[in-house]
Parts: sequence; structure tokens; C-alpha cells
Amino acid sequence: MSIAAAASVAPALAPVDTRMASLRAIYIIWYRDILRYWRDRWRLVASLAQPLLFLVVFGAGLSSSLGRGTVFGTAGGFSYIQFMYPGIIGMAILFTAIFGAMSIVWDREFGFLKEVLVAPIDRSAVAIGKALGGTTQAMIQGLILLVLAPFVGVKLSFLTIVELIPLAALLAFGLSSFGVALASTMKSLQGFQVVMNFLMMPMFFLSGALFPLTNLPGWMTWLTRLDPASYGIDPLRRVVLSDSGRSSALVERFALTINGQVLPIPLEAGIVLAFGAVMLGIAVVMFQRRD
Amino acid sequence: MNGSSEAVIQASGLVKRYGQVEAVRGIDLEVRHGEIFGFLGPNGAGKSTTISILCTLLTPSAGTAKVAGIDVVQDPARVRQRIGLVFQDPSLDDVLTGRENLEFHAWIYSVPASERGKRIDEMLALLQLTDRAGSQVRTYSGGMKRRLEIARGMLHQPEILFLDEPTLGLDPQTRQSIWTHLNELRDRKGITIFMTTHYMDEAEFCDRIAIIDRGKIVALGTPDELKAMVGGDVVTITSSKSDDAAAEIEKLLGVTAIRDNGSLRMEVPDAKVFVPRLVRELTAPVDTVTLRRPSLDDVFLKLTGHAIRDEEAGTKDQMRAMASRWMGRRR
Repeated sequence: MSIAAAASVAPALAPVDTRMASLRAIYIIWYRDILRYWRDRWRLVASLAQPLLFLVVFGAGLSSSLGRGTVFGTAGGFSYIQFMYPGIIGMAILFTAIFGAMSIVWDREFGFLKEVLVAPIDRSAVAIGKALGGTTQAMIQGLILLVLAPFVGVKLSFLTIVELIPLAALLAFGLSSFGVALASTMKSLQGFQVVMNFLMMPMFFLSGALFPLTNLPGWMTWLTRLDPASYGIDPLRRVVLSDSGRSSALVERFALTINGQVLPIPLEAGIVLAFGAVMLGIAVVMFQRRD
Repeated sequence: MNGSSEAVIQASGLVKRYGQVEAVRGIDLEVRHGEIFGFLGPNGAGKSTTISILCTLLTPSAGTAKVAGIDVVQDPARVRQRIGLVFQDPSLDDVLTGRENLEFHAWIYSVPASERGKRIDEMLALLQLTDRAGSQVRTYSGGMKRRLEIARGMLHQPEILFLDEPTLGLDPQTRQSIWTHLNELRDRKGITIFMTTHYMDEAEFCDRIAIIDRGKIVALGTPDELKAMVGGDVVTITSSKSDDAAAEIEKLLGVTAIRDNGSLRMEVPDAKVFVPRLVRELTAPVDTVTLRRPSLDDVFLKLTGHAIRDEEAGTKDQMRAMASRWMGRRR
């Protein structure tokens, strides 16, 4: 059998525009994640239960002891539960984004990832599609919690919500990309528990979701400033609390500072975006490696 | 087969090493257009590694392979556009419905939007999944899942469909129906099918078979050609004095009888001539005589000196026992 004869077997297949193919692949990978998210109503309900639990039990429990004489008790300031509320939105985004993106590990375990990896597409589409899928789920999850605002005495105007959407999206994107990068290095479900205990929980605790990141011991100040979630949760809080009509000085008392300087929100947003971009880049490189 | 002899898969000198271990040790083969080509061998023989190289999932350590005329190392993406894959392990999303799984595939394989619905309907009908297309895959039986994977593998109209152990873990009836579907696909769509299996009885349905053992092809041909490699017919007798019978057969008839599970087994060129002589000349009592055409099991045993190992533990032990008996007698 000559090579020429073999080559003639291949009929002229219409060349596929690779950029369009990648966009299609990103879309359908994203769409599948959203479809699964909506189909799994119980997960949706369950994932709201945890933030609610934090808000109600933690918030109510600590509010009474964190009253007068503390940073929360100052006249005209905010109660602990008001302080905590944007942090809980951040928490919902953090957990949903990382879990959503790390569903890649499940896909690998249950075989579906193979179907995607053997497709004639650029594998960067897998990383991007998954990151966007996680971003969307996390955003929905975070924004659903906005309906609780009246119960914690936080007033939200339409403009505030418009402002919150891109901020939530950025945080969701940064953390989803982080999740995809993590998942790309994990070959089995075993690593999952490790990530959960040694990355997600510390990231949550150090992010300023539960307490102001001011006047902390030196080592902890460092860690909180290294936590990417800090830079995503701080703007959420400042936007939510600013809407209460109280002075910006009161709001900024809780704000994230570096060397005593309050960071402007656009800078924080830029840090989260850059973090997400770097993580996504790592994920793309990891996915493009071939055995 | 439609008489065409164009090679759609060509491999020469394929080698795959994992550190010191050579999983595939120099494989050459050619698969012709429109045939069902079976890759037969025990687990760990290198079947999956070879199919993975041909599907561009693994890169060979040495050697070359062309699929649909395209080099698998140089242009894997173009190869993938032209092949359909059915993996050994399930790779469906079982939260999605059957149709949604096919839609996903159509999108990532760039099936034109105008064709998507039409092709999905056609493949669902061909594999008899139309009425369950709207159910989540988690409600499907093993056979339905496999059929859905075959439908999916065909959706982008590949020239070659690769199946890695497509009937593994399915009951005999379902296996039979998968085969009916594969034959129908070959006839109606004119595609080439390359499959691996360790079920000997299934390999008989293939047009041609390559028998692989320990990373090398030990025989390649049509099932009949391979079976012709075994002396001819297989005659099995039982005797209350099987030791005497075995000695007599060796001496008087010049045939080596192999002890097999309490009976004696021999390969003879023509059973019609042999059996009357056997009965006439043997003084040891003969209780039963059975004769049959050789199966691929016999071929495998003859070529490799050991039985193909089966998945099921019970059969495995039985086979192993059989193999050791066989080899014990041989030496």
C-alpha cells in the first residue's frame, strides 16, 4: 500500500475555522455547566443553606457580644451582621466558584473529560469554558443572597446592584480560574479534601468575610493580604455599606489597607482580574500538555 | 467488505515504553477501507495502548502510524476530526439527557448548525434510542449507554470508528445487539471499524483479526485463516483409562493428546478420517468422543502457549488451570 493511495482515502473535508471551533467549544462547555447547575435544584438549595446558617447563627450570635465598645458598636456605625453580610456573599462566591471549576475533577473521575479532551479543539477552550461556567454559577449564587439584604438591615438601591454585578463577576472569575488551575493538576478525587481543608477554608477565614482585616497580628496581616479573596470581598462590602447613607469614613474603617492606605476599588478589581488571568493561563498550559 | 483494499490505518514499528516497560513492542498493521478489524488479546497485552496511539491519545515512543492518510503524531487534530471513539470506560454526562450528550458532541466537533438536529435524529433512530432521547442518561441501562456512545462517535461522520472493548461488562444478549448495530453501521455508512476485544467469540464477527500478546502481533488474518493455523479439527475423548489412551494415541496414531480437564484433546487434520481409526485401533476404553472446528481460543492457545485471561474471576482461574495443564503436558 503506497502512501499516495492512503492519502487519497481522506476526502476533502471542509476546513474548520479553529477560532470559531474554540468559541463553540467554550460556549458548549459553559452551557453544559449551567444546565447541570439548574438541573441540580437540591444543590442550589443546599448551597444557599450554608451562607444562611452563617448569617443567622453566626451573625445573630456575635452581634450581641460585638456591640457597644467594639468597632461595630460606634454610634452611627454598622452592626456586626451588617458588616458580615457582604462577606457572606463573598463566601458564597468563593465556594461556588472553586467547587464549580473543580467539577473538572469529577468529569475526569467519571470519564466525561475524555470526551472533551479528545475532541479536535484547542484545549485552552476547556479551561476557559470551565472557568466561565464556574464564574456564572458563583455570580448567580452570590446575587441570589442579595434578596436577604432587608433582613439584615441593609438597603440596596438599583444602582448598587448594578455596581455589585461586575465586582461579583470579577471575584467569581478570579476564584474559578484558581479552581480550574487547581483541578488541572489533580488526577483524582483524593486531592479534593486537601484543597477543601487547606486552601478553601483558610482563604475564607483570611478574606475578611468574618472580621475586619485591621489591627491584626503582623503574620496574619501578611496572610490576609496574600489572600486573593480579600481583594474581591472588600469592594463588595464597601459598595453594599456605602448604600446605607452613612459617611464613607465609617465604611472605610473596615476597608482593606496596605501600609495604612485604603486601596481604591479599581485597584482591588485589577488585582483580582490579574490573579484570575494568571491562574487561567496556568490552567491553559496544564491542559495543553499531552501524555 | 466492499472489495476495496485501500488502507485507512497503517502502522509500522509502533513502540510504546513506560520507563523500562515496553507495553507495545513493534506493531505493524494495515486496516482496509470498510472492514471490521478486531484486535484480540488478553488484558495488558497492549491493545488499549495501541488503539490510544492510533487515536492520538498517546504518542508512540517509536514507529509511525497513519489514520485516514494523516500522520497521528504530526497532525493529531485532523486525525481526530475523522475518527469516532468509543472508550472502554463510560464517558457520558449522566445528568444530561441522551440528546443533550449528542448535542454537546455536535458542538465540540463543529457539526454545522443546519445539520445538527438532522444527524442527531438519524443516529438516535439508527441505534434505537429515539424514544429515550429525552431521559437523563443515569436512567439508561448499560447497553443503552453503550449505544448512545456509539451514536455519539458517529455524529461527526468519521471515516473510522474506534471501539475499545465495546461490549465489556454487557450481558450476552446486549452484546449481540451491539454487534447487530455495528454491522448495520458498517453496511449503511460504509465506515471502517477498528475494535479491541478479549472475547474470543466476538472476534469471530470481525472481517480480520490481529492477535496480540505481550505487546506484539502474533497472528493476523481472517478468522478462518487463523483457525486453519490449528491443525484442522479438535477431537476430545474421555476414557476411564486416560493414561493408557494417551499413550496409545501417541504410539499408534502419532498424535499428541493433551490432557484437558479430565479429557484428552488432540488436533487432527481431518476428523472424519481420524475418529474411525481412533475407535478401531484403541484398546483402552473410549467413553465419549466430541469433535469440533477449532475456535479462536485454540488459535490463541497454540500461538502464545497460554490461554486468554478472562475478566470473570471464576473463568479466569479455570482458564489459568487449563493453561498450566496444557503447558505442563507440552514440556
